[in-house]
This record gives sequence, C-alpha cells and structure tokens, in this order.
Amino acid sequence: MPLHPLLQIVDPQAPITGYTTFIIFSIIKLVIVFTVYMVAAALLTLAERKISAWMQGRRGPNRVGGRGGWLQPAADGIKNFMKEETEPGNASQPLFSMAPALSFIPAMIVWSVIPFASPLPTRWGRVDLVVADLPIGFLFILAIASLGVYGVVLAGWASNNKYSFLGGLRSSAQMVSYEVALGMSTIPVILLAGNVTMSQIIRQQSHSMWNVFNLTVAFLIFFVASLAEANRVPFDLPEAESELVAGYHTEYSAMKFSLFFIAEYANIVTASAFMATLFLGGWDIPFTGWDNAAPFTVLKTLLTLGCFLTKTGFFIFVFIWIRWTVPRFRYDQLMSLGWRVMIPVALGYIVLIAATLLVLQAIGIQPGPMHSVILLAENICALLLFFVLIDEGRIISPAYRRAREQRILRLRGRSTLPPATEGVGK
Amino acid sequence: MAITVKRVGRPVPESSYLKATLQGMGRTLKYMFEPKITIEYPEQRWELSPRWRGTHRMLTKEDGKARCVACGLCPSICPSNCIKLVPGEDENGNRYPLVFEIDEFRCIFCGYCQEVCPEDAIHVGQHYENAEYSREGHVYDLERLMAQTHPVSTLWDATDPKGE
Repeated sequence: MPLHPLLQIVDPQAPITGYTTFIIFSIIKLVIVFTVYMVAAALLTLAERKISAWMQGRRGPNRVGGRGGWLQPAADGIKNFMKEETEPGNASQPLFSMAPALSFIPAMIVWSVIPFASPLPTRWGRVDLVVADLPIGFLFILAIASLGVYGVVLAGWASNNKYSFLGGLRSSAQMVSYEVALGMSTIPVILLAGNVTMSQIIRQQSHSMWNVFNLTVAFLIFFVASLAEANRVPFDLPEAESELVAGYHTEYSAMKFSLFFIAEYANIVTASAFMATLFLGGWDIPFTGWDNAAPFTVLKTLLTLGCFLTKTGFFIFVFIWIRWTVPRFRYDQLMSLGWRVMIPVALGYIVLIAATLLVLQAIGIQPGPMHSVILLAENICALLLFFVLIDEGRIISPAYRRAREQRILRLRGRSTLPPATEGVGK
Repeated sequence: MAITVKRVGRPVPESSYLKATLQGMGRTLKYMFEPKITIEYPEQRWELSPRWRGTHRMLTKEDGKARCVACGLCPSICPSNCIKLVPGEDENGNRYPLVFEIDEFRCIFCGYCQEVCPEDAIHVGQHYENAEYSREGHVYDLERLMAQTHPVSTLWDATDPKGE
C-alpha cells in the first residue's frame, strides 16, 4: 500500500512529484510572497519619504515609532481606514469602485512568476522558490503588466471629473507608447536565452554573463520604459499634481486612494524585481558558480534570496532616487521620447543582437566567455555612439546648457566676441 | 551716455539629457549623506537674533507699576493702528494709562513704538509664539504686557549698524 504523499520520504534534491504536496507548497509560497509583498509596499511609502527628505536636507518622518518613523505606514493605514469616503456625483459607481483594484491586482499577479531564490530542499522534495514557474513566464508578465493601465484609465473615466479624465487619457497614451518599447527591449533577452521561462533566463545568465553587460542598451530602454509603466517621475504625467490636481485619483479618498497609492509602490517593486531577474541574473550570486549547481541547501537558498532582495532593493532605490532628481517631462517630450527614440533604438538593437548572434554561430563561437566579451564590446560601442552622437539635445529637447563660446561665435558669424559690457544694474 | 545692456550667454539646446541627469543624480546622492539642517521645532528652538521684533512687553518701575506715562506717542506713530491708549491722571498730576491694549494680530512688528517711547516703557521682544483660539485673545492688555518675561529687542542702532 502506497504511503500518503506527505509522509513519504523522498530525495530532497528531486523535484516534487505528488499533487497534494505541490498544492500545499504552492499555497504556502503564495501566502509568504503576498505578505512580504504587501509589507514591502507599505514600507516603501516610508522609504520614499525618508529618502526624499534626506536628499532635500531634511530628516523625514520621525514622530511615529521612534526616530526612524517605522510605524508611519501603519499610522497612515489606520488613518485611511478611518477617513470618510466621498463619492463624486454622477460617477459611474461600479467602475469607480473597481478601478483601484484593477490597478493593484496586475502588479501583484506578476510576482507569481518571478523566481526569488534557488530551490529549497525539503523532506518532500525540492521546492522551486517561485509561486508558478510558468513555461510562458515572460509572455505572461508582459500580458498582465499591460492590464495595469485599465485601472488608471477607468479611474479617470469613472470619476466624472475633467482632471481625472485628462490624467486617465494621458496615462493610456503613455502606457501604450512605452509598452511597445518595453516589450521590444526584452526580445534580445529571449534571443540570448532561447527560452521565455524565467528560471531558464536566470540559468542562462548565471552560466554566461549578466544581461546588463550582454545587453546594456536593452537594459537602459527597459529601465526607462518601466519608469513610464509605473507612472514614476519623470513620467508621472497621469497624476501631474501641478496641472491636474492629482490626475486620475483626484476624486478618490480614504482606502480607495490608499489602494492606488499602494499600487504605485507595488508597481515599483514588481518592475524592480523584473529588472533584477531579466538583466541582473535574478537570484544568481555574482562571480560564483556554486550557488546554482546541485546539491541545493538551505544556506544556498538564504544567500540567493538575500542576493535577489539586494538587487531588487537597489532598483527600488534608483526609482526613488530618480523621482527626487528629475523634473517631469512635458507631454510632447514624453511622446517624442517614446516614439522617436525608444522604439527605433529598441528595434535597431534587436536587429543588431540577432545579427551578432547569427554571425557568432556561423563562425562557431559557442555561448561562453568569448561570446560574452564580444557582446560586451559591442554594447560599449553602441553606448558610446548613443551618448556622443544621438543624445545631444535630441533625446529630450530642449535640454539646455550655456553655450560654448565657439558656438556663439559660429552662430553670430564672427571670429571674436565683442568686449563684454557691464550691465546697468551692476 | 547710452544705456548698455548686459549680454547674457544664451543657453542653446546642445546638452545631453542623460549626462545632465546623471550629474543631477550625483548631486542628490551627495545631499543624501550631508548633515541635515532641520530644526525639530518643539524640542529644538531657533536662536533668535537680539534684534528680533516679536511679542510686546511693558517694562515696570521699581514699585511694580508700568513705566508708561500715557504720552500718546506710540499710538500716534503706530502704522497699523493697533495700540489703544486711554490716559488717566492721579492726584499728583502724574499721567498713567487707564487702558493700554495692543492687538498683536494687527501689529506688523515694526518696532516704532519702542523707538519712539520716551520712558523706555513699551518694547518689542524676542518671542514669537502668539497662537490663540480667538481674535480677541490676541489683544494684550496692560497686565498681560507687563507679565511678559522674554528678553526685549535691541533695535537697530544707527551708530552701530552691524550690531558690534
């Protein structure tokens, strides 16, 4: 008589086979990921306020929960639960209530396919530390991430408010434009990995070089596009508070507003984890091979988890850092960056990488150190070209600085400047 | 002589947005690790200048009465008309204020009252926390002005412009 699957002792290095075991472990992973994710999103609101304060020479929240202000997110949450909820007149009630959830859920679903550590050996078998290692993982992410725009658009439309409506309109235009670049910038990753499963993409990176070195241009495009997808500065036109009050969530109050707020940070966490996985090797510990080879141990799991969190945290910090450095784009700048720079560059880069891979295959260089070095050299050339030739007042126009003397002379058609005269008021 | 106009080096679109952004990010990162300049108000106080002109204070004589002789100079010089003075006279012919009220809500804290006072009686002081629950609460009567204990302002001195 066969034993109950939970009582069976199996090889800890072998994949899980039993159906019951699989479901139980999936539920455990779901609960853990959900909890950590929610707490992280809440703590991010604090992190954003703290980092913004530090960058502006202030101290940030330090009243609730000691000098660090650690309880500030909890206090904000309680406050938002207590607050009165207002409903705008003539709002489309079902959509108005649905929109916050629609913007929050897609960001969270994406997490289910991101592997966050090396497999964990247990007495019931080897547990892959990803909620669902879908064979189409990568396409799934693109499909779900593009749903996020519906929350914003519906919120803008259902509010019956012109500011909200403009915010929703802008966000639909922005997200549609940048989704194209986002999707295309990841095609080189798939070309290199030869697979769309997230775990396979990580494996390919740990065996050669991280994609951030192999595919630097794709990484930069992906980074900018995910800034736009997460509605972060400098792409926060949907909520542009200086012109649209608060954009698409102008009419929202209490916990509904809070949900939009959490959704923004959820999007940041997701985008950061996605970037870490696609371009920084996911949970791979750099310069070592032992962490992604069997036999797997608990120590390896913890270390790789730490590595993954570090990479994700780094990107989260960069997101916040950029927000408190760069001013918002004008609408035409946003559109011209999306359509005239990002998409052509992404397309050209796909051709470049595909051609390179084909040539390397033809001359018989297999994926390995030599392969990576060639790609790295190619990327450095592409970046230099980009910075020196293309990006001089063309990527974001106008990017101004004081003209060089030579240029002024050329513009005036003279050879020397006339002697500078003192101003009247001086 | 003809008026000359200052020639400004006009900015032209020739800069790289990426380079400028990276420079800016370097700057914000630098600020992140620099000492913070916040004064955490209820616990820490800002050190007021000796010339700070804030809440008024009426100085007293040795016998505890106000130094004011109700000459009427401060209400007449007050630009915001916030001093109310009703003079009285005792049996010896000494003038004293029957009513002396300053509306701190209307006051613009110019310090003219202190400057004009011949008896060194009314002063503006180094104090700024005047919050009240009503407008009437801002009207300080003579007792309240005499009860203030904060240091008084040393006004700007023409013979010592830098306060040395």
